[in-house]
Amino acid sequence: MPALADAVRDEAALRRFLRGLPGVDQVGLERRAATLATRSIKKESKLRAIDLAISMIDLTTLEGADTPGRVRSLCAQAIRPDSGYPDAGPVAAVCVYPDLAGIAAERLRGTGIGVASVATAFPSGRSSRAVKLADTALAVEAGAGEIDMVIDRGAWLSGRYGQVFDEIVAVKQACGPAHLKVILETGELAGYDDVRRASWLALLAGADVIKTSTGKVSPAATLPVVQVMLQAVRDWHRLTGERRGVKAAGGIRAAKDAIRHLVAVNEVAGPQWLTPELFRFGASSLLGDLLRQRRAQREGRYPATNRIGGVV
Amino acid sequence: MSDAWTYAPAPESAALANLRPVYRPFVDGEFVDGAGEPLKTVNPATEEVLAEVGTASPADVDRAVAAARRAQETVWGAMTGAERAKHLFRIARIVAERARELAVLETLDNGKPIRESRDVDVPTASAHLFHHAGWADKLAYAGVGPDPRPLGVVGAVIPWNFPLLMAVWKIAPALACGNTIVLKPAETTPLSALVLAEIAAEAGLPPGVLNVLPGAGDVGAALVAHDGLDKVAFTGSTSVGKGIQRLLAGTGRRLTLELGGKAANIVYDDAPLDQAVEGVVDGIFFNQGHVCCAGSRLLVQESVAEEFAELLLARIATLRVGDPLDKNTDVGAINSRAQLDRIVDLAAVGDAEGAQRWTSPCPLPARGLFFPPTVFSGVEQTMRVAREEIFGPVLSVLTFRTPAEAVAKATDTPYGLSAGVWTDKGSKALWTAQRMRAGVVWANTFNRFDPASPFGGFGESGFGREGGRVGLAAYLA
Repeated sequence: MPALADAVRDEAALRRFLRGLPGVDQVGLERRAATLATRSIKKESKLRAIDLAISMIDLTTLEGADTPGRVRSLCAQAIRPDSGYPDAGPVAAVCVYPDLAGIAAERLRGTGIGVASVATAFPSGRSSRAVKLADTALAVEAGAGEIDMVIDRGAWLSGRYGQVFDEIVAVKQACGPAHLKVILETGELAGYDDVRRASWLALLAGADVIKTSTGKVSPAATLPVVQVMLQAVRDWHRLTGERRGVKAAGGIRAAKDAIRHLVAVNEVAGPQWLTPELFRFGASSLLGDLLRQRRAQREGRYPATNRIGGVV
Repeated sequence: MSDAWTYAPAPESAALANLRPVYRPFVDGEFVDGAGEPLKTVNPATEEVLAEVGTASPADVDRAVAAARRAQETVWGAMTGAERAKHLFRIARIVAERARELAVLETLDNGKPIRESRDVDVPTASAHLFHHAGWADKLAYAGVGPDPRPLGVVGAVIPWNFPLLMAVWKIAPALACGNTIVLKPAETTPLSALVLAEIAAEAGLPPGVLNVLPGAGDVGAALVAHDGLDKVAFTGSTSVGKGIQRLLAGTGRRLTLELGGKAANIVYDDAPLDQAVEGVVDGIFFNQGHVCCAGSRLLVQESVAEEFAELLLARIATLRVGDPLDKNTDVGAINSRAQLDRIVDLAAVGDAEGAQRWTSPCPLPARGLFFPPTVFSGVEQTMRVAREEIFGPVLSVLTFRTPAEAVAKATDTPYGLSAGVWTDKGSKALWTAQRMRAGVVWANTFNRFDPASPFGGFGESGFGREGGRVGLAAYLA
């Protein structure tokens, strides 16, 4: 693997570096994902996995119809997800649009739960650099400690890697102390090789976390895509000694899917990544299923969904 | 996380195997008392006896061959292909229906992980039966002439690494083509073939069409030497195969041999490295390396050798070695004490020859026959670990600089069963594949089997093909 400092010298160097990354064989990748999915996680390891997954959730609402009231309800759920079991949760963060970040920040103050805000003309990323930076600043000022930006897929797909890189660097700067998650929107990229290149570009540009999807495009997070991104952060650590994170967002609704992702994190990146600092789930309905499974493990039967309650 | 997340044991229930205390030879449609000395078959993961198995004497071999001859001449050979197909379809379906039982039985008797017997051995066996059932009434289109005839009676001797699958690889084409068969399963793994005989009887297969004679090497020797046979099909070691070929020379009896291997997995610097790592791991640690086509020699291009080794060893260290019945076990037990001794001895030779041994830090079970995943680096072409088939979870790593050197090293072996090529460049994969001297060359994958794809060897790996149209030719005149 070429030296990383040289890779970002100019656009030509960046292009050479990204094109020089080892290819991804689709058949082999998907086969490994299928094998990982056969792991049988039962009993106490399932309980641990459920609690781990809950602690990694960015509880998300990203609707045009979001209101301050809905965000407050979501925050209450984030703090204590299951009123019957105070030991459940909390989740890692609440993820909202920038104009509602202030509401979330107010409600979550002192809880240790993060406030994440999407920014940069989410979800399409179709606006000017100035608007995207202003969007980011708005979220940060409102109290967001984590910014989920989208890459400019139009620029990426037409080969303007330098433009995508510069934009991430600029947004990172606008974030200040806030953590930056870079959404690749893998469902719009040109296959697994492209996911690997975009992952590396984001890491080189300073992403703290690389994230699969906005949740607005299908397919979103899949095991093979997450595997490629986990390989990227694993290799980044191998070369720099620094651990960056991955966020699987969109499409993960069942506890079983979440546990399969944890298996992938454990076996592809390594057990050091099994922490909310380095792996997140971006999800809204996943929490409900995790809580049902959590109760089922304790009570021996599945509770009705209205037994636990929740916003979604 | 304060402490590590571990996978709780997830054992499949051994009771599913429906083990019986005694198993007996299957001759002429019935389970009979063999006149040979009974053997005890052992679970290699615990070294506990699973069951007592009756074995055949030379007289039993005579009876089985005579029954097979009678069945071939009076019933099976005269039956239309469409009728034979019905029998095979029924057997295939029952194998699929009893998949869980067969998988657990195979894992208990052989030591392979339940994940492999469940996801590979049993479904592949069922698929092989289905595929050949479909051929039974279409043999005129198999490409061996307009009116192909069965050979007659087949004697088959199979190894212990894939007991059910190897049985089916012999039985399915033999029966589809109108032959009858006498099968000798391996001494250490006779159970699944005997349950397969039970399934055949349940499916209504006429008596004598399939006969199963458990026993040691002496039963196999008596069978392959029997002058009532028209064809011998053997899968096993090269030395035994050579002996059989000597024995059959000049008798006019047909012979196919599927013998040992020392396959090379060639990883070019433009390979999809992460998937190549998976393929190399699968190539040598699948079934504890008890695979004749195992990719036991890794040839990696020098320019990526260091990075590849780093990725490979990190991946191998995540392999879970342990209870074969645990659904999360990746590498199971070595099949027998004798095989474990052989692996230990050959690994010691690797040390003595100056190769550097790396052993996976994985924990091993306190009892049972286990050997940790092992990699020898700094291996040279002349070393025994690069030349001899170890038949265990031991990988030898060699490097090369140019494609020509890769080809020269890969083919510098008397064996020629399989090879693997890893590159993102299609033309290079084809260039390399054309220069391999091996029955199967996999590109960007390894250890993939399909009933339609012929499998077989070259040089000291044997001759004849199993699977596909070409495989049918071995059972037709």
